[in-house]
This record gives sequence, C-alpha cells and structure tokens, in this order.
Amino acid sequence: MAVLPNAGADALLMTPTPLADWLVVAPAVLPLLVGAFLIIVRKRLHWQAPVAITTLALVSLASIALLARVWSEGTLVMTMGRWLPPFGISFTVDLLGALFAVANSLIALGCAISASRRVIRSSRRYGYFAFLVLTAAGVNGTFTTGDIFNMYVWFEVFLISSFGLLVVGSTRAQLDGTMKYGVLNLIGTTLFLIATGLLYGIVGTLNMADIMRKLPLIEAAPLMTLATLYLLAFGMKAAAFPVHAWLPASYHTPENATSAYFGGVLTKVGVYALFRVLVMMFPVQLLELQTVVAWVAGSTMMLGALGALAQNDLRRMVGFQVILGVGVMMAGLAIGSAPGLAGGIFYALHSMVAISAAYLLVGVIERRSGSASLNALGGLWKDVPLLGAIAFVLVLSLGGLPPGSGLWPKVMLVQAALEAGRGWLTAAVLVSSLLSVIALGRFFLLTFWRPSSTESRSKHDGTPRVLGVLTVVAIVMGLYPEPFVAAAVRASDGLLDPAAYINAVFGEQG
Amino acid sequence: MEAVMSLLVGCFFAAGVYLMLSKAIIRILIGIVLFGNAVNLLIFTAGRITREAPPVIAPDMDRLTGIAANPLPQALILTAIVISFSFFAFLLVLALRTYQELGSDNTVQMRVAEPEGDTLPPLGY
Repeated sequence: MAVLPNAGADALLMTPTPLADWLVVAPAVLPLLVGAFLIIVRKRLHWQAPVAITTLALVSLASIALLARVWSEGTLVMTMGRWLPPFGISFTVDLLGALFAVANSLIALGCAISASRRVIRSSRRYGYFAFLVLTAAGVNGTFTTGDIFNMYVWFEVFLISSFGLLVVGSTRAQLDGTMKYGVLNLIGTTLFLIATGLLYGIVGTLNMADIMRKLPLIEAAPLMTLATLYLLAFGMKAAAFPVHAWLPASYHTPENATSAYFGGVLTKVGVYALFRVLVMMFPVQLLELQTVVAWVAGSTMMLGALGALAQNDLRRMVGFQVILGVGVMMAGLAIGSAPGLAGGIFYALHSMVAISAAYLLVGVIERRSGSASLNALGGLWKDVPLLGAIAFVLVLSLGGLPPGSGLWPKVMLVQAALEAGRGWLTAAVLVSSLLSVIALGRFFLLTFWRPSSTESRSKHDGTPRVLGVLTVVAIVMGLYPEPFVAAAVRASDGLLDPAAYINAVFGEQG
Repeated sequence: MEAVMSLLVGCFFAAGVYLMLSKAIIRILIGIVLFGNAVNLLIFTAGRITREAPPVIAPDMDRLTGIAANPLPQALILTAIVISFSFFAFLLVLALRTYQELGSDNTVQMRVAEPEGDTLPPLGY
C-alpha cells in the first residue's frame, strides 16, 4: 500500500527562500500576527482601530504587489520549512487567488475604516478589530494556500473569528443569528474535512497540485462521491440553495460594517473553493455534476430574487441579494467553459464591491432615519441628494443595468450560457435580474422619492467616505471593464488548464 | 481491522446526524461532537491502519523502507481535534448565553432574528 507519497524523492530545499518570495505569505501572516497583538493589547481601546486600519492597509499593499508579480511572472509558490512539495505545505498563488486576496484586503480595510467611527467601546474591548483582522487573515490564507488540508485550517480560522465578529455586542438577535450561523457553518466545514480525509485515503497526498497530477491516473475510486461532498460543503459555505438557511438568519443582525464585510467577502470564499477544487481537481466529475450545479445555481438565483422581493427590512433584502449573487457565480461554474468561469469570477469581484457598499448604504440610511423598514422610510432624496445618487448607482450595479458594475459579468455569463446551449439557465439569470431590479427599484422609490411621513432624526452624520469610494469603484468597473475582464479571463484559463499551476509547484519536469 | 473501523465510523455518523436533526440545541451540540469524532476516526482509517511498524528510519539508511505506520493522519486528526474542541467550547458558551437571553433552547421558538409574521413591504406608493 503506497501511502507515503514519492518515497525516494529528495525532500529538502537547500537554498533559503528568497526574501521577495515571502510576499506570498504576507497577506495571510501579517494580519494573523497583528490579530494576536490586538488581543494582547485589548485593554488599550484607542489602539485597536488605528492598528487594525494600518495593518489592513499594509496587507492591501502586499496583496496588490503580489497580484502585480503574479500578473507578470505567473503562479508563485513558497513551500513551508524548505521541505520540497508535496512534503511541505505549499502556498501557491495564481491569478484567481491573488485577485480575490486583493479584493478581500481592500474591503476589509474599508469595513475597518467604516467601523472605526461606529463600533462602541464595549465591542472594542471584546476584540471587534482583532476579530476583523483575523477574519481577513483566514480569508487571505484560503485564497493563497495550495494545500487542501491547510485550506480547511484557514476556513476554521476565519470561521471562528467570524463567530466573534458576529456575536460581539450580544443583542438577542445577534445571539440567535450566531447560534444558527455557527452550527450550520461548522457542519459545512466538517463535511469539507470528511471529503479531505477520504481524498487523502485515495490519493495519499494533500498538496493540491499533486492531487491534480495524480487524480487522473487513479481508476476505480469513489471520486464522484468526493466531488459531490465538496460541492455540498462549499455550497453550504457559499449559501447556495438548499443549504442557505444560515445566511438570512444571521447576516442582518450584527454591526453594519460586519454585515458589509460578511456579505461582501465570506460567501465568495465558498465560491472560490468551488472553483478551485471542482474545476481544477475534479474536472471530469464536474462534467457529470453540471446539471446538478445548474439546478442549484438557478434555484439559488430565483430564491434570492423572490426573497429580496418579500423583505420589508432593508438589511434582510440585501441579504437575499447576496444569495442571488452566489447563484449567478455558480451559473458560471455550471456553464463550465472559459467564458462562463470568467463571467463568474468577474461577477464575484463586482459582488464583493457592490454588496459591501449596499450594506454600508443601508447603515447610513438607518442612522439617518432611525429605521430600516420600507414601510417607515421616505423623503431621503430631499434630505441628502448625494446619498440618493450613490443609492441609484448601487441599485443599477446590483440589478445589472448600465453603467453599474453588474452589467458586464452578466453579459459574459448570458453569452457563455447561450453558447453552451443552456437556455433555461440564461432565462434564470435574466428573470432573477428582473425581479432583483424590481425589488431594488422599489427600495429606491420608497426610500428616496416617497414623501417623508416623519421628520428625519439626525441631520449630521459625517460624509460616508468608504461608501463613496466603493460606489466610485462600482462605476469604474461598469464604465471601464476591460482590465477586469482581461484578469477574469486569464484567471479562468489558469483554472481550466492546471498545468501552469502544477509546474509552478513541482518545476517543469513534474 | 479497517472494516470494523468503517462500521464504527458509520455508527458515529448515524448517531451524530440523528442528534443533529433534533430541535433542542444541546442535542444538536452533542450530535456535532459525535460527528466530529466520526470524522477523526474516518481520517485515521483512511490513512490505513498499520500496526507494529513505527515510521523510524534505521541508522544506516537515509530513507524509509518497507511499509510503516503513517504518521500524517494522526497529525491531521490532532489538528482537527483542537479545532473541533475549541469550536465546541465556543458553541457551548454561546448556547448557554442564548438560552439565558431567549429563554428557550428549542430552535422552533428561536425566532428573534427572523420574527414570525414579519410585516410585508408596502404594496403601493
């Protein structure tokens, strides 16, 4: 029984890792260290926000530098402890991982800035900013690791930090929401661990590049079961129908900046893992599963759209928009061709920006009017025309209308779906978009144009700078989509042909 | 040996899933513990059970020869145990606190975040 892989190969790298290559782990390690530091100095409340913001700014710079290097040099690898792969844990950053890491770091930075003015003293004392930085570390780790078990560990790192972030403040709704979020997500990651344990039993390696190399050579193994388990586990993390129930139960309960970060980034981790594992490691099995994925994608979109229509509370409405977005990204997975995957990746980037902005917008509206209920809101256009303009751009972006950022990825997906002959999936994308536009349009109409029934409570709120910046990014993505499309296409090419990824880890002879 | 272990893992999974289907939070949590332990045993079994051959390289050799026990699954399980233990501790405290605040550990009655009979959005302007 050959369980020890590559017995007889050289095991150690004799030259030290070049200093520049430490950039590969910087987006994950830096926030991890500072998160620990923030817990040590938890009693110095005035340190928390500045340290967190500075760290996340540095992490953003590191991820942008990493993206620039990956863009010019291709996939980068750093193997821990100078063990040669597959013995050491290889951090492997390809374009997809680098793109997502940049988006995650920037949105975490935005949410930290936004939270620095809002989060009250007691939440700071119980570690709000430490949890935020640690969650960002876990998510960046997931995006940069090249080892499937290590990915599970990063999942748990951001999951336990997100529990803290979700519950800090301890209102009754938060406790209720966190209980459901906690239990269901823990079951999801346990399923991930089951699949990984069985995969190790079959392949005898955990390095993803090594798995990609060895899986096609294996005959008569229950690989279909594994692929389905991974689909279920990551689908649960991404909040896909029918395992989405934890998201509408919890995402509207915490501090607004937390909702913005969770809605923007955490569900996309599940989508990223689906892309990485199913497309790169189980391409044959994914082909078999495509009908299932298409049904899941279609139902998730329709559920999100109908759910958004039925909500009176703004934050819960945005929660269903998150679910709708997950369905659209999974449609890219269901199409499976390069343009389809590229559309899914671009949509994920758009959704990170637009959803975070939408949650922040709801926060501003809530503070201004003292309510987030569509029944009570009104007259905001007269009060704050600029906020109305921002809201209008975001409505266009989320609904997928020009000039918002949601248009081009949906165009790519619709084209790819038609080329692949998936007519009804195209219909699902378009119908769910229409329903979403109706829900969002009604929100805009009632909140901004309807005459106000009550006097607005607070006039002075400070300018929502982060919200403004995210909105500008959304417009730029809509008006000047070429660089994003090019990046998404290159990332999807890297997914469909894992040879470059494998070569980066094992060298050309591998 | 593997067959017996597989049966045991199956029993653990069955019991864990059965308990997680309950409405009471505390039973769900016990189910999660069983589920987590089932996974640990599963990884252990999937790494093949080899007895009485420790993975130690002989002094005059520079690599392992022959079949030896595989230490990696045990490292994986150790990681998984630490993680599931800390999650369980957190969830227990959270469950206690939720019970104190909401006055119920029945998931059907836990409707604070998603209230029953929530008002619908306005149908007209």
